[in-house]
Amino acid sequence: MRSKNSSGVWPVITAFIISPQLLFAQSSTNDITLIGALIIVGALILVAAVITVSENLLQIEAKKHGVSGKGKNVSLFPTISEIIGDKFPSYTNGEGGYVLKKGHDINLTGKPSDEVYKRSVNTYAVRPTNFRGIAPIPKLVVKEKHEVLAGDVLFYDKSNKNIKYCSPVSGEVIEIRRGAKRAIKEVILLADKKQRYKGYKAPDINKASKEDIVDFLMESGLWVLINERPFDVVPDPAKTPFNIFISTFDTAPYAPKTSIIMDDNEDSFQKGIDVLSKLTKGKVHLGLDANGTEAPPEALMAVKNAEKHWFIGKHPSGNVGMQIHHVAPIKSGQSVWTLPLQNVIAIGRMFLYGRFDTSKIITIGGKINGKQAHYSTIMGANISNLLGNIEVQHLRIISGDVLTGRKVSKSDFLDANADQISIIEEGDSHEMFGWLLPIAPRPSISKTFPNFLYPKLEMDGNTNTHGEKRAFVMTGEYEKVLPMNIYPQHLMKAILAGDFEQMEGLGIYELSEEDIALCEFACTSKIPLQKILRDGLDMMREQG
Amino acid sequence: MGLLDYFKKIEPDKKKSPFLHTLYDGIFTFLYSPDSVAKSGAHIRDGMDLKRTMIHVVIGMQLCYLFGTYNVGHQHFVAMGEYLGLLEGFHLKLAHGLVKMLPLFIVANLVGLGIEFWYAAKREHAIEEGYLVTGALIPLIMPPDLPIWILVLSIIFAVIICKEAFGGTGMNIWNIALMSRMFVFFAYPTTISGDEVWVSGFEALREGAATSYGYGHSVFNWIFGIFDLKPFTAGTVVDGYSGATPLSLAYQGGWEAVTSAYTTSQMWWGMIPGSIGETCKPFIIAGALFLVVTGIASWRIMLSMIVGAASMAMLLNAWGATPFMEVPWFYQFYMGSFFFAMAFMATDPVTAASTNKGKIAYGFLIGFIGMIIRVLNPAYPEGWMLAIIFMNTFAALLDRLVIDTHISKRLKSA
Repeated sequence: MRSKNSSGVWPVITAFIISPQLLFAQSSTNDITLIGALIIVGALILVAAVITVSENLLQIEAKKHGVSGKGKNVSLFPTISEIIGDKFPSYTNGEGGYVLKKGHDINLTGKPSDEVYKRSVNTYAVRPTNFRGIAPIPKLVVKEKHEVLAGDVLFYDKSNKNIKYCSPVSGEVIEIRRGAKRAIKEVILLADKKQRYKGYKAPDINKASKEDIVDFLMESGLWVLINERPFDVVPDPAKTPFNIFISTFDTAPYAPKTSIIMDDNEDSFQKGIDVLSKLTKGKVHLGLDANGTEAPPEALMAVKNAEKHWFIGKHPSGNVGMQIHHVAPIKSGQSVWTLPLQNVIAIGRMFLYGRFDTSKIITIGGKINGKQAHYSTIMGANISNLLGNIEVQHLRIISGDVLTGRKVSKSDFLDANADQISIIEEGDSHEMFGWLLPIAPRPSISKTFPNFLYPKLEMDGNTNTHGEKRAFVMTGEYEKVLPMNIYPQHLMKAILAGDFEQMEGLGIYELSEEDIALCEFACTSKIPLQKILRDGLDMMREQG
Repeated sequence: MGLLDYFKKIEPDKKKSPFLHTLYDGIFTFLYSPDSVAKSGAHIRDGMDLKRTMIHVVIGMQLCYLFGTYNVGHQHFVAMGEYLGLLEGFHLKLAHGLVKMLPLFIVANLVGLGIEFWYAAKREHAIEEGYLVTGALIPLIMPPDLPIWILVLSIIFAVIICKEAFGGTGMNIWNIALMSRMFVFFAYPTTISGDEVWVSGFEALREGAATSYGYGHSVFNWIFGIFDLKPFTAGTVVDGYSGATPLSLAYQGGWEAVTSAYTTSQMWWGMIPGSIGETCKPFIIAGALFLVVTGIASWRIMLSMIVGAASMAMLLNAWGATPFMEVPWFYQFYMGSFFFAMAFMATDPVTAASTNKGKIAYGFLIGFIGMIIRVLNPAYPEGWMLAIIFMNTFAALLDRLVIDTHISKRLKSA
């Protein structure tokens, strides 16, 4: 991140470094030297003050004329990146962007290859619990043994009957699984071999009013593919989002590649962006990946009706939360929408072809021999169908990435927004002096493990906690992996203490579980930060 | 694995004998890392845990242990006017050091860990690692001849009143090791201040006073007998020897008085009387660098503490009212336990400020205030203990300032 205001400090520091020498020079007890030294120090401080004031005035003027902002240095001093040359690769065309210095890439073995395979998947499921903000027990429209088309309504939200949840595939409803208090856990569908879609007539976005588009999105089941921040809930139709943010890249381990996702979906993507741009007061912001030498797909580079923002940085710089924080932070009382890239494409498909098509690219990565690759499938697919016939003894299958995903069994289904299946070993074994020796390399941000010298080394991850839960002891640890101007540890303590004012002041609205997941990974005391944060967000939501 | 199976078999029942179970649990998790797996949240966790963090701090002070032990013996013989070279009489110096050091170390750990285990059993939680570091620090900051019963009292006070009463590891406000030293300092001041306490093994540290050897020395004499080495023989303190530390000399007569007794290289390398672990600066700096490189201790605190102490020393130079104030500011770092306090005491993450900005202010103020206490206050020969405890108290306030400015900035932009 570029510091906009820190360069004025340099003269002060210089003065501070020089002054001891001057003071020391008088140890010959010569009064004149002392007075001279003091005068010089005073002069330096005066110069520093003048520079600082003018620097600040410059910043204020720049803000007034609207020339400040991302990638524009209006300071008296050049930023470090300006001195040592532009960090951004040539494909950014000098548009500038954000460099997030903090973060950590967990380098795991078993990365998915670039091949895309298709597997025949028999069953799919829609899980109401994937959608936060829905009333506890949704109203079912279908019964077991009903035939449905892809896009037919399965159930709707009791608190807002217009918000519909649609079937991702055509086929038969074979089971409605219920959990505690008869809450619906999942609606399971047996898919047809050949998909049949319910025909929708999408409104013309150039003529239709915003309300018409919103109504159509709710009717066609696309509304629930949108996520509203803060709180990560299904959006409230009564609110207009302040901005819409889309991160086009994912920095989590085993994440699918943007270029593979975008393949053959360029038109749908642009259409999706066009639709979304009609729905916000502000802009559609697109976070693009400037890491590496490979340019993002052309459709992203040449996007219309959206503003591009380049990001350089390790995980979690691909998280939309980081991008919101740096581009246009959520202010109190505002809400913004965020969408995974593939959901934008799904919205685009509806407006182009009139069908509820949630086909998506997912990856399978980790401990699964030879099958680490990209797979083309549909939302809510059965995991055992995707994995094929493999032995899963002593393995943990995760719907989602290793930091934020849900632990699932083989017969489970992919979550609605999950775009990967990660498989890592269960670490339920004892390790002799596991805490002491510089043993086998393991993922860590700590420099006490020699493998920090080889950041390219791929390591096997497992689910062992590597230690027991303790009280907060270490400090400044979370800040190292969270590229935001936020105090995560103090926020967590505020949540534990139930101090609402402090929670809001420390920026709880800017965070969601995925953003804090890397802090949880890094925590020496093994504190369940994601759970604490969710508790805090729930408390805030209940308070209104 | 045979040993693992054996250990699993002998696990005591948790309900019948909670203390035994806690003890077992402590030893077991020491030998084997637990097999617990991540149940919620991130499925993969960092290889770092509190045990590993703490043990790295202990590793960081091993050089201080080595040199400190040897220096206890060296100072003993220097006082007798024998074996004045550093490596002369090597076995005798090491043996004397061990005789003084081992009881302090063993008792400090037995008492402290005992209390820790007892509380863990009582509260039914796992043993927390905080005392690993405290137990290693306490012997290093005590004078070598400290009576064991005073040590025991000080540890009981520090661990129970200053730690367990607040809720255990991670909850204490003040640094435990320093609180135990503070207890000795105020309850039994004659054992830890003045010129007479820093050199061990004599009835009293006066000219002509006789050595006082105990069982430990007889054991070593017996061993030396087997190998045909020179044994400990009774002697007296040589004429003109005072045992004064550089700081007390500086207080009396400024830098000239210090340099008339010790050379700067003696002070730098630590061949001077003092608390056991604090004298050898290069080894402490090596430990400090180790902690900074591994990222365990905060470089912000260390750096700002040096800056704080140096700036106060320079101000005092400029003032120059007493001989001590006129000691050139950089020579202040040659004396006393500044580096030890900086590397191992001020950086304790629990009692230090928790925000990065707070840490800088915290370190600076410790350096600043510690130097004031050292130079201006005749009652206290060294300022770091008091300065750190003082700033421990205010660390939360510094954080509060940082957090409040952060919040008001955030609200203003909202």
